[in-house]
Amino acid sequence: MLALKWWKILAIVLVLYSIIGGFLIDVPKLPILHETIRNTYFHVTLWFAMMFLMTISMVYSIKHLGKPSQQNDLIASETANIGLFFGILGLVTGMIWAQFTWGAFWVNDVKTNGTAITLLIYFAYTVLRGSVEDDEKRGRIAAVYNIFAFVMLVLFLGILPRVNDSLHPGNGGNPAFGNYDMDNTMRMVFYPAIIGYFLMGLWFVDHRIRLKKIEQKLTV
Amino acid sequence: MLNKLNLKKVILFVLLLISNLAFGQQIEMADKMRESGKIYVVVAVLVTVFVGIVVYLLAQEKRIKKIEKELGENS
Repeated sequence: MLALKWWKILAIVLVLYSIIGGFLIDVPKLPILHETIRNTYFHVTLWFAMMFLMTISMVYSIKHLGKPSQQNDLIASETANIGLFFGILGLVTGMIWAQFTWGAFWVNDVKTNGTAITLLIYFAYTVLRGSVEDDEKRGRIAAVYNIFAFVMLVLFLGILPRVNDSLHPGNGGNPAFGNYDMDNTMRMVFYPAIIGYFLMGLWFVDHRIRLKKIEQKLTV
Repeated sequence: MLNKLNLKKVILFVLLLISNLAFGQQIEMADKMRESGKIYVVVAVLVTVFVGIVVYLLAQEKRIKKIEKELGENS
């Protein structure tokens, strides 16, 4: 049998728990939302996982600038890739949810538009990486751009939705976690789900990094 | 012991039922689906899909490990 790292097992357990608990545990009964409040466990968690991944990516970009190494560059780029993947899933799931609660697939909400711009910025990051041939140069340029991209992410997802009015709960003004229309029972599923999807993302990252390393070994 | 536990469960069930009757009427939820037990079908389907994804991940994991080993031995 293959020995699995503990956090990979934890990822499986937590996501499994979020699927089962997410459907069977009671949720607050709210107008408009109805049962779609359960999307919090699946849609919002993707975004949280993305933000964790992008944070790691940014940290490793800074590390790479301080002390360039292939490992740092690889972690930075692959976490950004998987973060982008989660972001796309988050956007699509959000559009479906919006259609049935806000009435349209795309309402011009500050946060929705902000995420779209953020995703485009990260798309540009992958394009930028693909367009530079030299390894060292690519690493440095990508790292600088990635830090800029993360600042934009914080601006578009963290600050602008709070300064302006957003349809998203927890925005407009300066609310903290208290404002997600959640009760404590929901948090018992929500937080583990975030950790679960984040670890799942790390698992994808792990595979991609290892495959990249194999590729490099084969081409040398 | 057992009796006590059962009693607690019964009380909990009754309280849940009362709270359901008291508050359940204003906002439409999928309570009917749960009553008839069919929400479990959906959960089962989703769990199956997720298990499928995990099985795929594990297979990939095995494959990568194998290649890593082979490359490690060669160099």
